[in-house]
Amino acid sequence: MGQDRETLHRDALCVRDALIRASRVLPDDTEAAIASAAARGGKAESVVAAIRTNLQIAREKGMPMCQDTGAFWCLASIGRSADVRIGDVEKVIQEGAALAAEEGFFRRSIVSDPVRSRINTGTNLPVFISYEAVDGSDVELSFLLKGFGSENCSSVRMLNPTAGEDGVVAAVIEMLEAAGGKPCPPVFLGVGIGGTMDRAAFLSKKAFFRITDDETLSRRILDGANDLAIGPGGLGGFPTALGVSVQTEPTHIAGLPVALTVNCWAERKAAVRFRGGL
Amino acid sequence: MRRILHLPYDEEELLAIEAGDEVILEGTLYVGRDQVHRRLFDALGNGEDLPFPFHGNAIYYMGPSPALPGFPIGAAGPTTSARMDPFSPSLVKAGLRVMVGKGPRKEEVRQSIEECGGLYLQAYGGCGALYSSCIRSSSVIAYPELGPEALLCLSVSSFPTVCIIDPRGVPFTGRA
Repeated sequence: MGQDRETLHRDALCVRDALIRASRVLPDDTEAAIASAAARGGKAESVVAAIRTNLQIAREKGMPMCQDTGAFWCLASIGRSADVRIGDVEKVIQEGAALAAEEGFFRRSIVSDPVRSRINTGTNLPVFISYEAVDGSDVELSFLLKGFGSENCSSVRMLNPTAGEDGVVAAVIEMLEAAGGKPCPPVFLGVGIGGTMDRAAFLSKKAFFRITDDETLSRRILDGANDLAIGPGGLGGFPTALGVSVQTEPTHIAGLPVALTVNCWAERKAAVRFRGGL
Repeated sequence: MRRILHLPYDEEELLAIEAGDEVILEGTLYVGRDQVHRRLFDALGNGEDLPFPFHGNAIYYMGPSPALPGFPIGAAGPTTSARMDPFSPSLVKAGLRVMVGKGPRKEEVRQSIEECGGLYLQAYGGCGALYSSCIRSSSVIAYPELGPEALLCLSVSSFPTVCIIDPRGVPFTGRA
Protein backbone atom coordinates (compact mmCIF):
# COMPACT_ATOMS: atom_id res chain seq x y z
CA MET A 1 0.00 0.00 0.00
CA GLY A 2 1.29 3.47 -0.86
CA GLN A 3 1.61 6.38 1.55
CA ASP A 4 -0.69 9.39 1.38
CA ARG A 5 0.47 12.49 -0.43
CA GLU A 6 1.02 14.50 2.72
CA THR A 7 3.41 11.96 4.19
CA LEU A 8 5.34 11.74 0.97
CA HIS A 9 5.59 15.54 0.81
CA ARG A 10 6.96 15.58 4.37
CA ASP A 11 9.56 13.00 3.35
CA ALA A 12 10.48 15.10 0.32
CA LEU A 13 11.06 18.08 2.62
CA CYS A 14 13.58 15.99 4.58
CA VAL A 15 15.38 15.26 1.32
CA ARG A 16 15.25 18.94 0.36
CA ASP A 17 16.76 20.07 3.66
CA ALA A 18 19.56 17.50 3.50
CA LEU A 19 20.46 18.50 -0.06
CA ILE A 20 20.48 22.23 0.64
CA ARG A 21 22.68 21.69 3.66
CA ALA A 22 25.01 19.48 1.60
CA SER A 23 25.52 22.29 -0.91
CA ARG A 24 26.68 24.65 1.84
CA VAL A 25 28.36 22.57 4.55
CA LEU A 26 30.67 19.58 4.07
CA PRO A 27 30.18 16.35 6.04
CA ASP A 28 32.15 16.38 9.31
CA ASP A 29 34.77 13.87 8.18
CA THR A 30 35.37 15.71 4.90
CA GLU A 31 35.67 19.06 6.63
CA ALA A 32 38.02 17.53 9.21
CA ALA A 33 40.23 16.11 6.45
CA ILE A 34 40.54 19.58 4.90
CA ALA A 35 41.00 21.30 8.25
CA SER A 36 43.82 18.98 9.27
CA ALA A 37 45.54 18.73 5.85
CA ALA A 38 49.23 19.55 6.31
CA ALA A 39 49.46 21.58 3.09
CA ARG A 40 53.01 22.11 1.84
CA GLY A 41 54.92 22.78 -1.38
CA GLY A 42 53.79 24.46 -4.59
CA LYS A 43 50.87 26.80 -3.86
CA ALA A 44 49.34 24.29 -1.44
CA GLU A 45 49.10 26.66 1.49
CA SER A 46 47.36 29.42 -0.52
CA VAL A 47 44.92 26.99 -2.13
CA VAL A 48 43.97 25.25 1.11
CA ALA A 49 43.61 28.62 2.87
CA ALA A 50 41.23 29.75 0.08
CA ILE A 51 39.21 26.54 0.46
CA ARG A 52 38.88 27.06 4.22
CA THR A 53 37.80 30.71 3.73
CA ASN A 54 35.34 29.59 1.08
CA LEU A 55 33.75 27.05 3.41
CA GLN A 56 33.36 29.68 6.07
CA ILE A 57 31.70 32.16 3.66
CA ALA A 58 29.33 29.48 2.30
CA ARG A 59 28.26 28.53 5.80
CA GLU A 60 27.82 32.14 6.99
CA LYS A 61 25.96 33.41 3.93
CA GLY A 62 23.94 30.26 3.35
CA MET A 63 25.28 30.08 -0.19
CA PRO A 64 26.39 27.03 -2.20
CA MET A 65 30.13 26.52 -1.65
CA CYS A 66 30.64 25.90 -5.38
CA GLN A 67 28.70 27.27 -8.34
CA ASP A 68 28.57 23.77 -9.79
CA THR A 69 25.99 22.45 -7.37
CA GLY A 70 26.26 19.30 -9.41
CA ALA A 71 24.10 16.59 -10.84
CA PHE A 72 21.86 14.88 -8.30
CA TRP A 73 23.04 11.28 -7.92
CA CYS A 74 21.07 9.01 -5.61
CA LEU A 75 21.41 5.48 -4.32
CA ALA A 76 18.11 4.26 -2.89
CA SER A 77 18.83 1.35 -0.55
CA ILE A 78 15.50 -0.30 0.14
CA GLY A 79 15.08 -2.75 3.00
CA ARG A 80 13.81 -6.11 1.84
CA SER A 81 11.07 -5.94 4.46
CA ALA A 82 10.35 -2.21 4.13
CA ASP A 83 6.68 -1.33 3.72
CA VAL A 84 7.10 0.87 0.67
CA ARG A 85 6.25 1.30 -2.98
CA ILE A 86 9.21 1.95 -5.22
CA GLY A 87 7.18 4.55 -7.10
CA ASP A 88 6.82 6.50 -3.86
CA VAL A 89 10.57 6.34 -3.27
CA GLU A 90 11.16 7.78 -6.71
CA LYS A 91 8.57 10.50 -6.13
CA VAL A 92 10.16 11.57 -2.82
CA ILE A 93 13.62 11.71 -4.40
CA GLN A 94 12.57 13.75 -7.43
CA GLU A 95 10.34 16.12 -5.45
CA GLY A 96 12.93 16.66 -2.71
CA ALA A 97 15.64 17.39 -5.27
CA ALA A 98 13.41 19.76 -7.25
CA LEU A 99 12.63 21.73 -4.08
CA ALA A 100 16.32 21.84 -3.13
CA ALA A 101 17.31 23.22 -6.53
CA GLU A 102 14.62 25.88 -6.31
CA GLU A 103 14.91 26.93 -2.69
CA GLY A 104 18.65 26.33 -2.29
CA PHE A 105 19.58 28.50 -5.30
CA PHE A 106 21.25 25.61 -7.11
CA ARG A 107 22.58 26.16 -10.60
CA ARG A 108 20.53 24.41 -13.27
CA SER A 109 23.26 22.25 -14.74
CA ILE A 110 21.31 19.51 -16.51
CA VAL A 111 20.57 19.44 -20.25
CA SER A 112 18.07 17.15 -21.94
CA ASP A 113 19.54 15.87 -25.20
CA PRO A 114 23.24 15.21 -24.41
CA VAL A 115 24.43 15.20 -28.04
CA ARG A 116 22.59 17.82 -30.07
CA SER A 117 20.24 20.44 -28.64
CA ARG A 118 21.60 20.39 -25.07
CA ILE A 119 18.51 22.27 -23.83
CA ASN A 120 18.64 23.01 -20.12
CA THR A 121 15.88 21.16 -18.25
CA GLY A 122 15.53 24.25 -16.04
CA THR A 123 15.02 22.18 -12.89
CA ASN A 124 18.38 20.41 -12.42
CA LEU A 125 16.34 17.21 -12.79
CA PRO A 126 16.23 14.33 -13.38
CA VAL A 127 17.99 12.80 -10.40
CA PHE A 128 20.17 9.89 -11.54
CA ILE A 129 18.86 7.10 -9.32
CA SER A 130 20.10 3.58 -8.67
CA TYR A 131 18.12 1.15 -6.51
CA GLU A 132 19.38 -1.72 -4.41
CA ALA A 133 17.75 -4.18 -2.01
CA VAL A 134 19.38 -4.38 1.42
CA ASP A 135 18.72 -6.16 4.71
CA GLY A 136 16.23 -4.65 7.15
CA SER A 137 13.12 -2.52 6.85
CA ASP A 138 14.52 1.00 6.34
CA VAL A 139 14.80 3.07 3.21
CA GLU A 140 18.08 4.96 2.98
CA LEU A 141 18.69 7.59 0.33
CA SER A 142 22.35 8.47 -0.32
CA PHE A 143 22.92 11.57 -2.43
CA LEU A 144 25.92 13.05 -4.15
CA LEU A 145 25.86 16.58 -5.53
CA LYS A 146 28.24 15.56 -8.26
CA GLY A 147 30.25 18.34 -9.84
CA PHE A 148 31.40 17.65 -13.37
CA GLY A 149 34.88 19.14 -13.29
CA SER A 150 35.78 16.04 -11.32
CA GLU A 151 33.25 13.71 -12.95
CA ASN A 152 34.90 14.33 -16.33
CA CYS A 153 38.03 12.77 -14.82
CA SER A 154 36.20 9.61 -13.73
CA SER A 155 36.68 6.47 -15.79
CA VAL A 156 36.52 2.67 -16.07
CA ARG A 157 39.26 0.25 -17.09
CA MET A 158 38.76 -3.40 -17.91
CA LEU A 159 41.96 -5.00 -16.60
CA ASN A 160 43.35 -8.45 -17.23
CA PRO A 161 42.18 -10.93 -14.57
CA THR A 162 45.83 -11.49 -13.64
CA ALA A 163 46.59 -7.77 -13.13
CA GLY A 164 46.29 -8.20 -9.36
CA GLU A 165 46.78 -5.58 -6.69
CA ASP A 166 49.68 -3.86 -8.47
CA GLY A 167 47.64 -3.62 -11.66
CA VAL A 168 44.67 -2.09 -9.87
CA VAL A 169 46.81 0.50 -8.11
CA ALA A 170 48.65 1.38 -11.34
CA ALA A 171 45.40 1.78 -13.27
CA VAL A 172 43.89 4.14 -10.70
CA ILE A 173 47.06 6.21 -10.44
CA GLU A 174 47.26 6.48 -14.24
CA MET A 175 43.67 7.75 -14.40
CA LEU A 176 44.43 10.29 -11.70
CA GLU A 177 47.66 11.40 -13.33
CA ALA A 178 45.77 12.04 -16.58
CA ALA A 179 43.29 14.16 -14.59
CA GLY A 180 46.09 16.35 -13.20
CA GLY A 181 44.78 19.65 -11.83
CA LYS A 182 41.42 19.43 -13.60
CA PRO A 183 39.21 17.87 -10.87
CA CYS A 184 39.90 20.49 -8.15
CA PRO A 185 42.36 18.59 -5.98
CA PRO A 186 42.82 17.64 -3.20
CA VAL A 187 40.41 14.93 -4.29
CA PHE A 188 38.41 12.14 -2.70
CA LEU A 189 38.43 8.89 -4.65
CA GLY A 190 35.80 6.19 -4.95
CA VAL A 191 37.07 2.95 -6.46
CA GLY A 192 34.76 0.19 -7.66
CA ILE A 193 36.23 -3.20 -8.46
CA GLY A 194 34.54 -6.27 -9.91
CA GLY A 195 31.08 -7.01 -11.29
CA THR A 196 30.57 -5.85 -14.86
CA MET A 197 31.71 -2.55 -16.40
CA ASP A 198 28.62 -0.70 -15.18
CA ARG A 199 28.65 -2.34 -11.74
CA ALA A 200 32.25 -1.24 -11.16
CA ALA A 201 31.22 2.31 -12.08
CA PHE A 202 28.23 2.12 -9.73
CA LEU A 203 30.39 0.78 -6.89
CA SER A 204 32.87 3.62 -7.39
CA LYS A 205 30.09 6.05 -6.39
CA LYS A 206 28.60 3.90 -3.64
CA ALA A 207 32.11 3.87 -2.17
CA PHE A 208 31.65 7.45 -0.96
CA PHE A 209 29.03 6.20 1.49
CA ARG A 210 30.74 3.06 2.75
CA ILE A 211 33.80 2.15 4.77
CA THR A 212 36.42 0.77 2.42
CA ASP A 213 36.31 -2.95 1.61
CA ASP A 214 40.07 -3.08 1.24
CA GLU A 215 42.21 -1.04 3.61
CA THR A 216 45.46 -2.09 1.91
CA LEU A 217 44.33 -0.97 -1.54
CA SER A 218 42.97 2.30 -0.17
CA ARG A 219 46.25 3.06 1.52
CA ARG A 220 48.35 2.19 -1.52
CA ILE A 221 46.17 4.32 -3.82
CA LEU A 222 46.22 7.26 -1.39
CA ASP A 223 50.02 7.11 -1.12
CA GLY A 224 50.39 6.73 -4.88
CA ALA A 225 48.10 9.70 -5.48
CA ASN A 226 50.06 11.90 -3.09
CA ASP A 227 53.35 10.78 -4.65
CA LEU A 228 52.11 12.34 -7.92
CA ALA A 229 52.39 15.74 -6.16
CA ILE A 230 49.65 17.20 -8.35
CA GLY A 231 48.84 19.15 -5.20
CA PRO A 232 45.97 21.43 -4.18
CA GLY A 233 44.58 23.23 -7.22
CA GLY A 234 47.00 21.19 -9.36
CA LEU A 235 49.72 23.66 -8.37
CA GLY A 236 52.11 21.14 -6.85
CA GLY A 237 52.87 19.95 -3.34
CA PHE A 238 50.76 18.03 -0.81
CA PRO A 239 48.05 16.79 -0.53
CA THR A 240 46.74 15.52 -3.88
CA ALA A 241 44.15 13.18 -2.35
CA LEU A 242 42.47 13.22 1.05
CA GLY A 243 40.60 9.93 1.05
CA VAL A 244 40.13 6.67 -0.85
CA SER A 245 37.28 4.20 -0.42
CA VAL A 246 37.14 0.88 -2.28
CA GLN A 247 34.06 -1.26 -2.92
CA THR A 248 34.41 -4.73 -4.40
CA GLU A 249 32.12 -7.50 -5.60
CA PRO A 250 32.50 -10.83 -7.45
CA THR A 251 33.37 -10.77 -11.13
CA HIS A 252 33.91 -13.02 -14.17
CA ILE A 253 36.96 -15.32 -14.54
CA ALA A 254 38.00 -13.39 -17.65
CA GLY A 255 37.96 -9.90 -16.22
CA LEU A 256 38.87 -7.36 -13.56
CA PRO A 257 36.79 -4.19 -14.00
CA VAL A 258 38.18 -1.17 -12.14
CA ALA A 259 36.27 2.12 -11.99
CA LEU A 260 37.35 5.40 -10.49
CA THR A 261 35.05 8.22 -9.47
CA VAL A 262 36.97 11.40 -8.78
CA ASN A 263 35.37 13.83 -6.38
CA CYS A 264 36.71 17.34 -5.87
CA TRP A 265 37.63 18.56 -2.39
CA ALA A 266 33.98 19.71 -2.12
CA GLU A 267 32.78 16.18 -1.46
CA ARG A 268 29.13 17.10 -1.08
CA LYS A 269 26.89 14.28 0.03
CA ALA A 270 23.85 13.59 2.14
CA ALA A 271 22.15 10.50 3.51
CA VAL A 272 18.53 10.39 4.64
CA ARG A 273 17.16 7.32 6.41
CA PHE A 274 13.46 6.58 6.75
CA ARG A 275 12.81 4.01 9.48
CA GLY A 276 10.56 1.19 8.40
CA GLY A 277 9.98 2.73 4.96
CA LEU A 278 8.51 6.04 3.81
CA MET B 1 55.16 37.87 -5.61
CA ARG B 2 51.82 39.56 -5.01
CA ARG B 3 50.61 41.88 -7.79
CA ILE B 4 47.49 43.76 -8.75
CA LEU B 5 46.08 43.72 -12.28
CA HIS B 6 43.56 46.46 -12.99
CA LEU B 7 41.03 45.61 -15.69
CA PRO B 8 40.84 46.68 -18.46
CA TYR B 9 44.60 46.19 -18.23
CA ASP B 10 47.46 48.36 -19.45
CA GLU B 11 50.45 46.71 -21.08
CA GLU B 12 52.97 47.66 -18.45
CA GLU B 13 51.04 46.11 -15.56
CA LEU B 14 50.30 42.99 -17.61
CA LEU B 15 53.89 42.42 -18.74
CA ALA B 16 55.25 42.76 -15.21
CA ILE B 17 53.45 39.57 -14.13
CA GLU B 18 55.51 36.40 -13.78
CA ALA B 19 54.57 32.74 -13.52
CA GLY B 20 53.80 31.83 -9.90
CA ASP B 21 52.81 35.38 -8.90
CA GLU B 22 49.65 35.78 -6.86
CA VAL B 23 47.60 38.23 -8.94
CA ILE B 24 44.69 40.22 -7.51
CA LEU B 25 42.14 41.40 -10.09
CA GLU B 26 40.36 44.74 -9.80
CA GLY B 27 37.83 46.10 -12.28
CA THR B 28 35.86 44.72 -15.21
CA LEU B 29 35.88 41.00 -15.93
CA TYR B 30 33.92 39.32 -18.73
CA VAL B 31 32.55 35.82 -18.19
CA GLY B 32 32.10 33.02 -20.71
CA ARG B 33 32.45 29.25 -20.78
CA ASP B 34 31.87 26.40 -23.23
CA GLN B 35 28.99 27.62 -25.40
CA VAL B 36 30.14 31.26 -25.33
CA HIS B 37 33.55 30.12 -26.60
CA ARG B 38 31.98 28.23 -29.45
CA ARG B 39 29.95 31.32 -30.38
CA LEU B 40 32.87 33.77 -30.13
CA PHE B 41 34.98 31.38 -32.19
CA ASP B 42 32.25 31.13 -34.84
CA ALA B 43 31.71 34.93 -34.82
CA LEU B 44 35.42 35.46 -35.52
CA GLY B 45 35.35 32.89 -38.31
CA ASN B 46 32.31 34.53 -39.91
CA GLY B 47 33.66 38.05 -39.49
CA GLU B 48 30.70 39.03 -37.29
CA ASP B 49 30.67 41.76 -34.62
CA LEU B 50 31.90 40.65 -31.19
CA PRO B 51 29.68 41.23 -28.14
CA PHE B 52 32.48 43.01 -26.23
CA PRO B 53 35.89 44.47 -27.14
CA PHE B 54 38.64 41.85 -26.86
CA HIS B 55 41.56 44.27 -26.55
CA GLY B 56 42.36 45.21 -22.98
CA ASN B 57 39.85 42.81 -21.50
CA ALA B 58 39.97 39.49 -19.67
CA ILE B 59 37.63 36.49 -19.80
CA TYR B 60 36.72 34.33 -16.81
CA TYR B 61 35.56 30.73 -17.35
CA MET B 62 32.57 30.55 -15.03
CA GLY B 63 28.86 29.77 -14.84
CA PRO B 64 27.31 31.08 -11.61
CA SER B 65 24.61 29.59 -9.44
CA PRO B 66 21.51 31.82 -9.02
CA ALA B 67 21.91 34.92 -6.83
CA LEU B 68 20.50 34.86 -3.32
CA PRO B 69 18.27 37.85 -2.49
CA GLY B 70 20.46 40.85 -1.71
CA PHE B 71 23.52 39.55 -3.59
CA PRO B 72 24.61 40.47 -7.14
CA ILE B 73 25.46 36.86 -8.03
CA GLY B 74 25.49 33.35 -6.58
CA ALA B 75 28.51 31.09 -6.16
CA ALA B 76 30.97 32.06 -8.87
CA GLY B 77 34.15 29.96 -8.93
CA PRO B 78 36.14 28.97 -12.03
CA THR B 79 35.35 26.06 -14.31
CA THR B 80 37.89 23.74 -15.97
CA SER B 81 39.88 25.66 -18.58
CA ALA B 82 40.89 22.64 -20.66
CA ARG B 83 37.47 22.56 -22.33
CA MET B 84 38.14 26.01 -23.78
CA ASP B 85 41.50 24.90 -25.26
CA PRO B 86 40.21 24.23 -28.80
CA PHE B 87 38.97 27.84 -29.05
CA SER B 88 41.45 29.84 -26.97
CA PRO B 89 44.40 30.20 -29.41
CA SER B 90 42.14 31.87 -31.99
CA LEU B 91 40.60 34.17 -29.39
CA VAL B 92 44.01 35.09 -27.94
CA LYS B 93 45.29 35.94 -31.43
CA ALA B 94 42.19 38.09 -31.97
CA GLY B 95 43.08 40.11 -28.86
CA LEU B 96 41.40 38.30 -25.96
CA ARG B 97 44.76 37.74 -24.30
CA VAL B 98 43.94 37.40 -20.60
CA MET B 99 42.15 34.27 -19.37
CA VAL B 100 41.05 33.19 -15.90
CA GLY B 101 40.04 29.61 -15.15
CA LYS B 102 41.36 26.52 -13.44
CA GLY B 103 43.57 23.62 -14.35
CA PRO B 104 46.13 22.84 -17.05
CA ARG B 105 46.11 24.14 -20.65
CA LYS B 106 47.23 22.56 -23.89
CA GLU B 107 50.59 23.49 -25.39
CA GLU B 108 48.81 25.34 -28.23
CA VAL B 109 47.31 27.72 -25.68
CA ARG B 110 50.69 28.36 -24.06
CA GLN B 111 52.20 29.06 -27.48
CA SER B 112 49.48 31.58 -28.35
CA ILE B 113 50.11 33.33 -25.02
CA GLU B 114 53.83 33.51 -25.72
CA GLU B 115 53.22 34.77 -29.23
CA CYS B 116 50.76 37.49 -28.24
CA GLY B 117 51.96 38.47 -24.75
CA GLY B 118 48.89 36.99 -23.07
CA LEU B 119 48.24 35.71 -19.57
CA TYR B 120 46.59 32.66 -18.01
CA LEU B 121 45.51 32.99 -14.41
CA GLN B 122 44.09 30.26 -12.20
CA ALA B 123 41.35 31.03 -9.72
CA TYR B 124 40.90 28.72 -6.72
CA GLY B 125 38.77 25.79 -7.90
CA GLY B 126 35.54 25.09 -6.07
CA CYS B 127 35.70 28.36 -4.14
CA GLY B 128 32.38 29.67 -5.46
CA ALA B 129 31.30 31.43 -2.28
CA LEU B 130 34.70 33.12 -1.90
CA TYR B 131 34.56 34.53 -5.45
CA SER B 132 30.95 35.57 -5.04
CA SER B 133 32.11 37.85 -2.25
CA CYS B 134 34.64 39.47 -4.68
CA ILE B 135 31.94 40.44 -7.20
CA ARG B 136 30.23 43.82 -6.84
CA SER B 137 27.91 43.65 -9.83
CA SER B 138 26.95 41.32 -12.64
CA SER B 139 25.02 41.85 -15.84
CA VAL B 140 24.17 39.68 -18.84
CA ILE B 141 25.54 41.29 -22.00
CA ALA B 142 24.92 38.55 -24.59
CA TYR B 143 23.40 35.12 -25.18
CA PRO B 144 20.84 35.23 -22.31
CA GLU B 145 19.27 32.07 -23.76
CA LEU B 146 22.29 30.14 -22.47
CA GLY B 147 21.04 30.58 -18.89
CA PRO B 148 23.94 29.90 -16.47
CA GLU B 149 26.29 29.90 -19.47
CA ALA B 150 25.39 33.42 -20.69
CA LEU B 151 28.06 36.04 -21.38
CA LEU B 152 28.35 38.28 -18.32
CA CYS B 153 30.17 41.45 -17.39
CA LEU B 154 31.33 41.62 -13.76
CA SER B 155 32.81 44.29 -11.58
CA VAL B 156 35.33 42.56 -9.30
CA SER B 157 37.42 43.58 -6.34
CA SER B 158 40.21 41.77 -4.43
CA PHE B 159 39.72 38.77 -6.73
CA PRO B 160 42.59 36.33 -6.02
CA THR B 161 44.34 34.29 -8.72
CA VAL B 162 47.71 32.67 -9.42
CA CYS B 163 49.65 33.23 -12.65
CA ILE B 164 50.06 29.89 -14.42
CA ILE B 165 51.31 31.11 -17.81
CA ASP B 166 52.95 34.54 -17.94
CA PRO B 167 53.14 36.90 -20.94
CA ARG B 168 56.45 35.35 -22.02
CA GLY B 169 54.80 31.92 -22.14
CA VAL B 170 56.59 30.69 -19.01
CA PRO B 171 54.45 28.14 -17.15
CA PHE B 172 54.15 27.64 -13.40
CA THR B 173 54.10 23.94 -12.61
CA GLY B 174 54.59 23.96 -8.88
CA ARG B 175 57.06 21.11 -9.25
CA ALA B 176 60.48 21.65 -7.78
